[in-house]
Amino acid sequence: MNLAIRDIRYHRGRFILTSIGLGLLLGVVMSMGGIYRGLFADALATLNATGADLWVVQQDTNGPFAENSRIPEDIKYRIAAVPGVAKASPLSFQTIQIDRLGKPFRFFLIGYDLHGFGGPPAIIAGRNIRQKHYEMVVAKGMKMQLGETIRLGLHDYTVVGITGKMVSSSGDPAAYVSLADAQEIQFKKDNNLIRNERARIEAKLAGIETLSPVQAKFLQQNISAITESTHTVNTVVARLEPGANLQEVQERIGRWNHFRAISDEGQKTILTKGMIEKARKQLGLFRLILLVISAVIISLIIYTSTLDKIKVIATLKLIGSQNRVIIGMILQQSLLMGVIAYGIGYALISLTYEKFPRRIVLEAFDLQVLFVIVVAICAISSFVGIRKALQVEPAEALGG
Amino acid sequence: MYAIEVENLTKIYGKGVTAVTAIADATFQIEPGELVAILGPSGSGKTTLLTAIGLINEPTHGKVVIDGAVVADGGWLPGLDLKRIRREKLGFIFQAHNLIPFLTALENVMIALEINHLTRTEAKKRATELLTALKLEHRLDNFPAALSGGEAQRVAIARALANRPKVILADEPTAALDTENGKNVMVLLKELAVENHSAILVVTHDHRMVEGFDRIFEVRDGVIVRETGKN
Repeated sequence: MNLAIRDIRYHRGRFILTSIGLGLLLGVVMSMGGIYRGLFADALATLNATGADLWVVQQDTNGPFAENSRIPEDIKYRIAAVPGVAKASPLSFQTIQIDRLGKPFRFFLIGYDLHGFGGPPAIIAGRNIRQKHYEMVVAKGMKMQLGETIRLGLHDYTVVGITGKMVSSSGDPAAYVSLADAQEIQFKKDNNLIRNERARIEAKLAGIETLSPVQAKFLQQNISAITESTHTVNTVVARLEPGANLQEVQERIGRWNHFRAISDEGQKTILTKGMIEKARKQLGLFRLILLVISAVIISLIIYTSTLDKIKVIATLKLIGSQNRVIIGMILQQSLLMGVIAYGIGYALISLTYEKFPRRIVLEAFDLQVLFVIVVAICAISSFVGIRKALQVEPAEALGG
Repeated sequence: MYAIEVENLTKIYGKGVTAVTAIADATFQIEPGELVAILGPSGSGKTTLLTAIGLINEPTHGKVVIDGAVVADGGWLPGLDLKRIRREKLGFIFQAHNLIPFLTALENVMIALEINHLTRTEAKKRATELLTALKLEHRLDNFPAALSGGEAQRVAIARALANRPKVILADEPTAALDTENGKNVMVLLKELAVENHSAILVVTHDHRMVEGFDRIFEVRDGVIVRETGKN
């Protein structure tokens, strides 16, 4: 006869409520694990979608995801000419926050060469960008419809396609425009500012007595053209030819002035170790604390439940029950509570994880490990109850 | 062969100047089928005597023999499996029935049988027979909370009888019952003692409940001061 099941059947209300409470706690532990995995997935989403072998960035910087990197767009031709490089493509990244429908609207804008790579990984609705200007593809997370327009800088951009769950390393949904549009949005100066800069350059050149008016005008035009140029990118990504030596290509570009070539692995390390390491540790600590709290709660529940059953245990001992019957009752109850709470937590998180503002990635391995931990916690927690039960004297069954 | 033999049984709690003798030099024998009462006021040592015979409370001195087997001789005999002896040879009836609240009446009797290694089917059959014999066939699936005091005590009696023990020890079995139900329980115990050929030792402080008992031991301050009955 299974005493644990019968006790639970009799006290099912209390047991279910306790399991729900514990299940909510375990649901939070699962979500913490999911958020941690989500941080990884988010951090690497753009990187993986780009599919580059090399990231060429500004010298002495860690690339476009970690800090500001600006390099001239035309370096792409030089990179493409390096032996072993199959293709080079410039990319521009920026985080934009605007007001939309009366609310702050934040997203990650990626500009890519329509003839290169690094664009949207897959189109789930509509089409890819075909025109060089004013079209955009947005991630599903932006919750925009096909045909909707959004004003960025000086122009309106129309949503022509929707891609999957693409996000920045900080979890903001991504949008794609052509490189030219992205450069204009990021680097195009305001008309007043252009006029102001031109006047300042003109005034400076006018102060140089050795320049003739013709030379000054020529210089003024050229300097203005440089300062007003938008042909800057944050990185140029490269794919290597099959069999090419990554390290050789990396070292060759690294020898150039003003540039640094980071391998895809290196970029991943920068993102995971540098940017999300603290968040990972914090989440890990939080999970640990929650598991300790769960263990304490289970121990208390099992202990108080054992105290409630002192007379039952004493009676069982008096009528000659073996210790294994009593240990089994307490251990099975503890394990059942843990398993049911785990199930409730899993059901809760499975039904809600899509609605979390940040990506939650539930990995089977994490869930299996957590299950084993929960079972171990239940077994260890039941020890306090079992210890108490074994101390009960049969004589306690006597008396009123 | 006697069902219970007690010889110079003594139980002393504490040591030195704080030592208290709860029971001193108790000596008696009880035959199978005999219904015996230990009568005395609170604190007289009657429950100590019962628990020593019930293998719960280790005697300080003296000898206890259950169904021909020596279990204590100046303390428990070494290597004795007290639980097994309690399971196989002793049945207990308590003051407050002590039924397991989360088991039905049927399951409360079955548990005693399953602990004694009967299969579930055998246990169910025997438990049903016992409860039917005690006129509780309509209460098999009721939890103890749904039973009256008398019904609960009858379930407790069925549990005590389940393994056909040679000795049944009852600790104030009528204390929680009204007079009528108390008397009914005592009549039932008398019938069962004869039917099952079990020795029944009942501890009580209530003189009214011991009518019809074969023998009565009166205990005062740990000493059996009087024995009345058929001998």
